[in-house]
Amino acid sequence: MTVTLQIFLIVSAALFCIGLLAALSRRHAIFILIGIEMMLAAANLNFIAFWRFSPEPHQPTGVMVAIFSIAIAAAEAAVGLALVIAVYRHYRTTNVDQFDQLKG
Amino acid sequence: MSWPVANVWLIPAIPIAISLVILSLAKSRRQSAAGLAIIGQVVALALSIAGFLETLQTPSFRAVQNFTWFTFGETALRIGWVLDPLAAAMLVMIALVGLCIFIFSIGYMADDKNFTRFFAYLSFFSGAMLGVVIANSLLLLFVFWELVGLASYLLIGFWIERPRAAAAAKKAFITTRIGDMGFFLGMLWLYHSSGTLLFYDDGNGCLESVGLAMLGASATFIALLIFCGAIGKSGQFPLHVWLPDAMEGPTPVSALIHAATMVAAGVFLVARVYPLFSLGTINGVTSSSLTVVVWIGVTTALMAALIAIAQADIKRILAYSTVSQLGLMMVSLGVGGVAAGIMHLLAHGFFKALLFLGAGSVIHGCHHEQDIRKMGGLRRLMPVTFLTYAVGMMALSGVPLFFSGGWTKEEILHATAHWPKSHVPYYLVLAGVILTALYMTRQVIYVFFGSPRAASAHARESPRVMTTPLIALALCAIFFSVVLTPGWPWLHGYLTGEPAQFDIKRSIQPMLFVSLVLVAAGIGLGVLVYGRAGMPDRRRPAEVDPFEYAQPALFHFLENKMWIDELYGRTVIAFSWMSARLSDWMDRYFWDGLVRAFGRLGQLFGIFTTNVDELGINAGVDETMTGTRGLGRVMSSWHSGQIQTYLGVIAIGMLALLLLYAWLV
Repeated sequence: MTVTLQIFLIVSAALFCIGLLAALSRRHAIFILIGIEMMLAAANLNFIAFWRFSPEPHQPTGVMVAIFSIAIAAAEAAVGLALVIAVYRHYRTTNVDQFDQLKG
Repeated sequence: MSWPVANVWLIPAIPIAISLVILSLAKSRRQSAAGLAIIGQVVALALSIAGFLETLQTPSFRAVQNFTWFTFGETALRIGWVLDPLAAAMLVMIALVGLCIFIFSIGYMADDKNFTRFFAYLSFFSGAMLGVVIANSLLLLFVFWELVGLASYLLIGFWIERPRAAAAAKKAFITTRIGDMGFFLGMLWLYHSSGTLLFYDDGNGCLESVGLAMLGASATFIALLIFCGAIGKSGQFPLHVWLPDAMEGPTPVSALIHAATMVAAGVFLVARVYPLFSLGTINGVTSSSLTVVVWIGVTTALMAALIAIAQADIKRILAYSTVSQLGLMMVSLGVGGVAAGIMHLLAHGFFKALLFLGAGSVIHGCHHEQDIRKMGGLRRLMPVTFLTYAVGMMALSGVPLFFSGGWTKEEILHATAHWPKSHVPYYLVLAGVILTALYMTRQVIYVFFGSPRAASAHARESPRVMTTPLIALALCAIFFSVVLTPGWPWLHGYLTGEPAQFDIKRSIQPMLFVSLVLVAAGIGLGVLVYGRAGMPDRRRPAEVDPFEYAQPALFHFLENKMWIDELYGRTVIAFSWMSARLSDWMDRYFWDGLVRAFGRLGQLFGIFTTNVDELGINAGVDETMTGTRGLGRVMSSWHSGQIQTYLGVIAIGMLALLLLYAWLV
């Protein structure tokens, strides 16, 4: 079996859908963050795959974008975790069903 | 120009200013009010005499001061003051007579609660009249003329709580206003024709050659229109009706109106604008306007003298005698005897003031009874009043030699006799002189002779403050005759500008005998008819007038003032009443209906727009609001605040967009 682009795309789509499902269905805020990280990882996988199968695989463009993206995801995760801690201190819970103050 | 001449405007200004000061005083400051008024009058008299002395220095003296009142566009309206013999003589007479009347008023009005107001008005009246005399512009004269009218209105209606006084004040004001309308039109016409209202303006005034030349034929109409004002003010027929009613005012007011101010203004006006009247007099043929003046004067003189015979009120007799004398003055002016007319005006000012103040003294003594049939025998009870009254009566009757009225009347007869147009006025004036002597004799016999009757039984002589002015005026009436005699016609010369020569022989003139005979006839007839008036007779009860007993119909005709008031009531006043009613009806039903119809139209339009607003616009807006609110409620329910719901919706949206992309590409 030859490794093709489609396999990578299917894997990344599946990874994205799992991440999305986790973000939509879990009640715990940490799990939602983990879901979001998974969707980001799917996107990064797409970058790498498209780079590896592109006509110019020698220049490390895709890798650069992925590394940037991971760095930003790390920062984002730090902000997200800080938000979760702040929310927890306020509500004494991390169950997102009970956060309804965003309604207009 | 010396100081008194340059400041001649102070003469009217001081009394008017003082009247304003008095008006601002408290009601209780009676002494300061009377004192201020008298000081003002004394100052005016002193200034008048100073001005008078200046005019003596040169014959035909005339000092004119003109200034611009205001300017509109290119035209400047100019007014000014003039001091000439005519004005100076009038000034002295008015101020002197006014002063006597002011002093008399202190006694006469002693019990009145509005004492201060009375003196304020008196001072104002005197000041306004002084202003008429020195005005050098017809406009300025008119202004003071109307102020005189206002003052007379205030004073005739001084006892405003009496309905008759209020009505008399109204009557005087409205009747003179009719004449003033003519005066005003004449003034406008004069301004239109000559372009100036100044009397004297270095040859350019409307009474000087340049101005008169511009008038031409319109001068007659202008003169007649101005004469309308004089008719109203001087109580000439047919506007004489207000003058007897003006007796409702306090007696000093009557004296002021009849002697110094008001009625003198009309005669003075004609004398002042005499060049307008005489324009067209060529070679002794009288101009048509002067002819009108003569006939109006004759009618008035005779009619008023006849009415005076049948009156019972002491003041009304004097009022009609004033009307009659004013008519005589008008005749004199009309036939060309300007100096004679003015001399009679001056002499009349003294003795008529004397008679009215004497009548005031009598009324005061008889506890405000004015009916001469209830008096009698006052000769012994009020000796000073009697003697001074007798002087006044003889001066008014025209007794020659020692009384001023005799000389002036003789001069008027002389002028009238030589009128070329007709001799009828002369004979009528002669009849008027007899009648004057007759009614004055009747009055004196009723009031002072015989035995005391109801009102006069407890009469007492008036206080010194009232008798002193009487004595002063009586002396004036006698000594004034010194400058009037034809033997030394000083005043005549002063007024006309000719030097007067002393020539005792000219004192004795044929006219002297004519007037002597006439006066003797009048007084003799009076004594004959009324000698036993007021006393019971064999055939006649005491209270019936001998004349009434002999000629009841004629007497009642005269007693009711020839029914002229009633005639006016049936014609002029009835017409005014009718037109007022008509206007009222028009206003109420026609114009009001029109206005109401328009109002109703507006109301209907209002109802229409209200409905459009309520049902159309308002309902539409309401509906929109309800819809928006409902939509908002639905959409706000979508905002649950659940992050995961939002995220799900975003995912579904993304998916939908992807599908749309796939479908389109």
